[in-house]
Amino acid sequence: MMKNEPNLKDRLERLVASIPAGRSHLILFLHRVQQEFGYLPEEALARAAEYFTVSPAEVYGVVTFYSAFQMKPRPQHELVVCHGTACHVHGAEAIHTELARLLGVEPGKEDQGKDVTIRRVNCLGCCALAPVVVVDGEYQGRVTRNSLEKIVERLSGKK
Amino acid sequence: MNLRKVRTVGELQNLRLRLQSSPRTRRLVSLSTASCGRASGALEVARALEAEIKRRGLEETVELRLTGCHGFCQLEPDLIIFPEKIFYPNLVPKKIPLLVEETLVGGRLVPELAFSPGPGQGMCAVLEELPFLRKQVRWLLERHLTLDPDSLDSYLEQDGFLALEKVLSGLSPEEVINLVLASGLRGRGGAGFPTGLKWRLAREAGGEDKYTICNGDEGDPGAYMDRGLLESNPFSVIEGMIIGGYAVGAAKGFIYIRQEYPLAIERLERALEKARAAGLLGKNILGTDFSFELELVRGAGAFVSGEETALIASIEGRRAFPRQRPPFPVVRGLWGRPTVINNVETWANVPLVLQRGPAWFSRVGTSGSKGTKIFSLVGKVRYTGLVEVPFGLTLGEVIDEVGGGAEPGRQIKAVQTGGPSGGCLPASLFQLPLDYESLQQAGSIMGSGGMIVIDESTCLVDLILYFLRFAREESCGQCAPCRLGTRQMVRLLEKITRGEGQLEDLELLQKIGWTMREASLCGLGRTAANPVLSALRHFRQELEKHVLDKECPAGVCRGLISYQIEKERCSGCQRCLESCPVKAIAMADDGYPQIDQKLCTRCGLCQAACPPDFSAIDKINRKETGSSAGARGE
Ligand SMILES: Cc1cc2nc3c(=O)[nH]c(=O)nc-3n(C[C@H](O)[C@H](O)[C@H](O)COP(=O)(O)O)c2cc1C
Repeated sequence: MMKNEPNLKDRLERLVASIPAGRSHLILFLHRVQQEFGYLPEEALARAAEYFTVSPAEVYGVVTFYSAFQMKPRPQHELVVCHGTACHVHGAEAIHTELARLLGVEPGKEDQGKDVTIRRVNCLGCCALAPVVVVDGEYQGRVTRNSLEKIVERLSGKK
Repeated sequence: MNLRKVRTVGELQNLRLRLQSSPRTRRLVSLSTASCGRASGALEVARALEAEIKRRGLEETVELRLTGCHGFCQLEPDLIIFPEKIFYPNLVPKKIPLLVEETLVGGRLVPELAFSPGPGQGMCAVLEELPFLRKQVRWLLERHLTLDPDSLDSYLEQDGFLALEKVLSGLSPEEVINLVLASGLRGRGGAGFPTGLKWRLAREAGGEDKYTICNGDEGDPGAYMDRGLLESNPFSVIEGMIIGGYAVGAAKGFIYIRQEYPLAIERLERALEKARAAGLLGKNILGTDFSFELELVRGAGAFVSGEETALIASIEGRRAFPRQRPPFPVVRGLWGRPTVINNVETWANVPLVLQRGPAWFSRVGTSGSKGTKIFSLVGKVRYTGLVEVPFGLTLGEVIDEVGGGAEPGRQIKAVQTGGPSGGCLPASLFQLPLDYESLQQAGSIMGSGGMIVIDESTCLVDLILYFLRFAREESCGQCAPCRLGTRQMVRLLEKITRGEGQLEDLELLQKIGWTMREASLCGLGRTAANPVLSALRHFRQELEKHVLDKECPAGVCRGLISYQIEKERCSGCQRCLESCPVKAIAMADDGYPQIDQKLCTRCGLCQAACPPDFSAIDKINRKETGSSAGARGE
């Protein structure tokens, strides 16, 4: 997919120019890259290693340590199921399974070539609205099995 | 917005006085629009209100203010109309024309829109009548009702930066530290370390460069006090940190916010810009020789990065690995320099302490825990939300009086406090006072303020398994007790939920727990077994029920339950057939659907699909079906 992005290098350089040098800005740089591309292209990791003068392994270590970073392009739609404690006691696990079933993706392998992915998140801090699902950035509280069907219908409409 | 630089303490004073004395010409209408409010549709309500205010030509008489969190999360989005404090909960755009017509134009209350605690219980038309507010002391949260989080003027109007003004008008750093020490303020992030003492240790540590950090990682699932504060009153945290920087002798501070809180990050960024533009941050603040700069750092999703040494590593741009303490950060912290790290709520309390004085602050609370504490009261309780209560209130007072007790027809079983590092306290202990020591003695911790109420429909084994899975995923893996202990515990607990547990497993859980507590490197591992250890102490019976009787009293553990169709009630509509994801239901020869227990995964979808008029599908103990060889759930 990289080959279709002739200006990847330019965009990367522009980002590099906006970040002060010094290793403490590595995570900020990674956030910015992900914001720009939706994920972290390999070239960005290599460039980060060079710019912050750390080893590529170090950069890779940071990228894989934090759950915010991903090295694969994001599918078109992203569903985030909150698994905070309040959501858990309000049935988040069942919601997650049902959502996966409705979308026809296998739980746990949710980004396999589909245009939609389901992600777990530890807690979004909207606990009074439990259970919470975020659909393409939009928070939905007090989700029920019925409202899941609506979400899925709407997504199929959007596609 | 006044973006001119404020050059002296006197100028700041004048600016505030001018803001405070300019007469309020418009009626203030405050709409809660923090993350919870937005998730409940607050922005659509705001648009409807704006349009209606404009349509009725009320712009000159009504000011709509989009504030942060009012704390009534259950009732979001909610509106408060000043000065009467008329309160309207659960708004939707279609209620707005009536509300504007009657209350804003006509000056009349709309009873249908007011809050009622329940049928036949009348209504609570004004804020003070809300049962939820009973027993609360809202030093911090009260301000959220009228503050515009994006406006420095709004903060100044509410005595913002008055504490900084006091400090920079003549208090020495040592005097500031002594005041904080005298107030009895303790860290709100969980451990409850005296804040003044922490500052003194950092001040007395050698070296030129020192730092302060605001810990806004708020990783405990089920807790959102810090999000509430950051989204609603970012300037209070900034003011606290400027004062801290002055006291400690730091020229630079960092505010670390978890990336799951985009609105909090946005608001802090804007507030920092405004504070900088006004000269409240930067070189020679208010014309003094004190200079201080703040930088916002966005987290990247890792629970362990809330641990102070891990957080420091994260700011340095590395993996958030905790390290051995001592040396503590006050001696060797960020880039090896003395560093004070405090929680968001701790910092937000600092201006209060200095503005009102330690005597005022310490008159509320218990002998060892002073002031108020914010809790996020959630779970199976009637009113959920952010509550602020004085230390020393009992658990029962918070859950039953502030929270309104159980949801209708339910019974509260326990409360989980302290997140993954805490434990479950049974309802029989609800007379315990809320302070750092009492909860710890009872086998849990107060933690940062998460309070998750559970009722009889929550299974304790399932809940502790949830926390242990969490700890297993979030363990950084450096030390063996935590890395292996969490794995072993998950394995044992899974075994119990499948109905294969034995009494020895409970003893083994206890032993692993003790080992983790003694031998882990950081607080994560040292406390990760707490949910299990506290359950063994307070809920042994429920655990033994799983192990000895192979029964899950709450009907949650999939390995111990099964579903059965009662022919007498079944109408033969076949909805259950359609709902079953694994096609375990088929029509039997007698014309009724039947569940193949070998295929069934106990997801419960069939029960949900069965029309309520028939409710023909029962959830029963696995034992009673005599089909213990069936499929295994979770
Ligand atoms: C695993 C772990 C996670 C933690 N997460 C947080 C957190 O999210 N927020 C926080 O303020 N403190 C957290 N702490 C506590 C911090 O290490 C530290 O004690 C605290 O930030 C000090 O601030 P305080 O004195 O104002 O409470 C955590 C500790 C551990 C062991």
